Amino acid sequence: MESLQDPMFLSRLQFSVTAMFHILWPLTTVGISLILVIFEGLWLKTGDVDHYRHARFWAQLFLLNFSVGVISGIPLEFEFGTNWSRFAMVTGEFFGNILGYEGAMAFMLEAGFLGIMLFGWMRVPPVIHLLATCMVALGASLSAFWIMVANSWMQTPAGIHLENNRVVVDSYFEAIFTKSMPWGVLHMWFACVTTSLFVIGGLSAWYILKKRNADFFLKSFKLALIGVIFVTPVQLSLGHGSGREIFANQPAKGAAIEAHWTTNQEGKGAAWNLLSWPNQMEQKNAWALSIPNGLSVLVTGDRHGQVQGLKSFPQADQPPAIPLIFYSFRVMVVIGLVFMGLIVWTSVAWLKGQLSAESICINRWLLRAWIASIPLGYVATECGWIVREVGRQPWIIYGLLRTRDAASTLPASVVAVSLVTFVIIYSGLFILFLIFAARILQKGPNLTLMPPS
Amino acid sequence: MDTEIHSMLANIWFFIIGLMLFLYVVLDGFDLGVGILSLFTRIDQHRTIMMKSLESIWDANETWLVLLGGALFGAFPLVFAITLQSLYIPVMVMLFALIFRGVAFEFRHHARNSAPWNLVFGYSSLVAGLAQGLAFGGLISGLGITEGDYQGNIWEWFTPFSALVALGVVSGYSLLGATYLMIKTEGAMQRISIAQAYIAAVLEIVILITVAIWAAQLNPHFAMRWTDSETGYYLDFFLVLAVLAFIMLMRALRMRFELRAFFWSVIISLAALTAMTIGYYPYMIPASIALTHAASSSRTLIFMLSTIGFLIPVMLIYSGYQYLVFRGKVQIDRHTD
Ligand code: HDD
Ligand code: HEM
Ligand code: HEM
Repeated sequence: MESLQDPMFLSRLQFSVTAMFHILWPLTTVGISLILVIFEGLWLKTGDVDHYRHARFWAQLFLLNFSVGVISGIPLEFEFGTNWSRFAMVTGEFFGNILGYEGAMAFMLEAGFLGIMLFGWMRVPPVIHLLATCMVALGASLSAFWIMVANSWMQTPAGIHLENNRVVVDSYFEAIFTKSMPWGVLHMWFACVTTSLFVIGGLSAWYILKKRNADFFLKSFKLALIGVIFVTPVQLSLGHGSGREIFANQPAKGAAIEAHWTTNQEGKGAAWNLLSWPNQMEQKNAWALSIPNGLSVLVTGDRHGQVQGLKSFPQADQPPAIPLIFYSFRVMVVIGLVFMGLIVWTSVAWLKGQLSAESICINRWLLRAWIASIPLGYVATECGWIVREVGRQPWIIYGLLRTRDAASTLPASVVAVSLVTFVIIYSGLFILFLIFAARILQKGPNLTLMPPS
Repeated sequence: MDTEIHSMLANIWFFIIGLMLFLYVVLDGFDLGVGILSLFTRIDQHRTIMMKSLESIWDANETWLVLLGGALFGAFPLVFAITLQSLYIPVMVMLFALIFRGVAFEFRHHARNSAPWNLVFGYSSLVAGLAQGLAFGGLISGLGITEGDYQGNIWEWFTPFSALVALGVVSGYSLLGATYLMIKTEGAMQRISIAQAYIAAVLEIVILITVAIWAAQLNPHFAMRWTDSETGYYLDFFLVLAVLAFIMLMRALRMRFELRAFFWSVIISLAALTAMTIGYYPYMIPASIALTHAASSSRTLIFMLSTIGFLIPVMLIYSGYQYLVFRGKVQIDRHTD
């Protein structure tokens, strides 16, 4: 394989391996830290010891998850210099600046209060402890905010101009608040919350199904249910909003997501492909199952609205791997719909009074469905990122800098070795994480734990 | 006027980044040092105490590295890009070592047998320290970098000189670790730490002086700075400070002044770092990229100053609070808090 001797290709592979691995952990760091704030707040408000025990129990999973998140995040930051040094030179003025804020505002805040949150229960008063938990949660969400600001600027660059091949900022406001930023930030943040709620709900369902402390876990199950009832519909509408934003600002990506090749003529609607097999060589779909006028309606709200097709871009400007983008998008959307289905099902059962401690175990399939939903948020997130990042190609900064021109000049062998090392280490970490998380879950909560008096 | 302001801002950022480097070297330095020292004990319980002394703070300490990276990327993109690219191998090795070190902290709690994870912790601390030293040594001896780009060979950093610097870094970290453990432990463990502090201190001061002399021979710019009457004076000052701190440290060790011993080992690190920095100022990468040339535009530097610069004292306050909450000797049986 020729491409395996291309350091640029290897760097891309390495970046995607390390980023796809990293993002698994922030998802639950951001989400579970917020849930911990809720449990701790409920405990202080109601005095119910179970809430305190919930906070302590889920914090164990949080810590395990957090450690892997931190250590997998550090390589990402350094890779911008090691593997993408040209990118770093061109964009440092803005992009490096934003990563600097992420460090100063978010990571330091998180790290500065983490010790107290995890090990300080007996050392500080409950109110200070709650404050520490809040700061950790705030830090995690701020970090999501700043990193999404940076990434959104790569999708829809604004507020800058190029001078001697270096980015110069004209307006920080415009560069931070780009067109895609609100959608990116919110869709990502809601992805974290949704995924975490389904993880907590699914794990609670597992305990209930096993009849282990069913009363105790009914509390977290209901909390998760109430959470997703509010959060998931918002997440789906944000997804829809992101889609419309893409067609306005990154039309080639939009067309790739929908495998839409030919711009529709005046007076005729563009069809929406439910399923298809895009063939990039021939610049058309080998086959497609589509809804007439569907795409025009989705994108423009008008039956005959015009939607630019892929063929109107030179092949060099079209994203690669169109089937990957097309199907990743569909997997994400289907997962969103499955979530909605599960929510409706559970809400109906609740209204019928089937979620009480006595009757919930009868609903075995409902509980099993919740358990099955645990990995889905992660899968949807990975798919979303593939759509976002592969869809941006061949640009690293959309319309400004090509990925090809952003890589370091390194010997392929060196990058190959580091790539293989990352794959080996991360696979090992992933397996160990699952084993250790399973141990925490097997052991279950400590129901004799008493809060500090 | 514009260039004057720009040069002033660039110098301020040079200072801030130096400060971050110093904070990282001291804070993660004692962390890594404790890890390195843990390799010298055969008693598993001692290793456990050593790791426990870091449990609540290692993450915050390592975050200074993340912040250093981000600030350098924003304020001096050229330096960030070129050094990391030319130091690809030691940087990757350091990253892999930090990965192992970070998970060892957490995984040892869950493993049936924590002993192997304690070892992973020790070895990865050693490797991280060595890799940082090699990278730093490579940087001071000059890499194949010409104005604005990097043409060198990917192994250029690997020289006898950088190997010596790596040993110096490892002994410096061990000294910081040993004096930190003096504060955190008592009894037999404290006695061991004091003995280790003596050895590490002697090693460090010898290597430091050798490195200073050798650097002047390797790097003409450094030699020039040394013979220059004004800067040479500063350089001498900091070397004398290092030696003075060494003497005070010896006294503190003998008298068992716990906090003072740690303080004086911090001063040795400070003197060493400052001497090096003065040695290659006004260049960011010795003799190839000047500070003002590598800096971002004034606008960016001001914007960063008004945000990150403002946050530094805040960060120091809440990090300090965390140390305050966990002050005192490590108690092994208080697993539940
Ligand atoms: C701050 C910017 C940023 C952020 C937040 C992310 N990425 Fe990214 N991503 C890049 C900046 C970037 C990049 C530097 O622009 C890459 C490297 C090479 C490239 O083509 O784009 C990239 C490539 C890249 C690729 C390979 C695309 C290709 O080469 O065809 C994938 C699959 C991902 N990323 C996935 C992710 C995931 C799962 C992330 C969640 C953490 C993520 N990215 C966050
Ligand atoms: C490719 C871009 C990214 C880079 C360069 C990056 C960088 C980092 C770094 C250096 C850390 C370690 C910080 C520490 O020591 O505390 C980290 C952790 C973290 N990152 Fe990222 N990150 C990226 C993508 C993301 C995204 C997209 C999110 C979330 C939406 C995110 C959220 C977090 C969070 C919450 C943490 C805290 C620790 C944890 O994960 O458990 N990061 N990241
Ligand atoms: C009807 C459902 C959904 C639609 C229409 C939708 C739409 C989209 C679109 C168009 C993008 C690309 C954004 C870009 O490239 O700028 C995206 C990205 C993404 N999606 Fe979704 N999505 C849906 C559901 C979900 C769900 C349920 C999750 C996770 C729980 C999720 C997680 C993500 C993530 C993490 C990204 C990448 C980061 C970002 O753009 O914020 N999505 N989504």
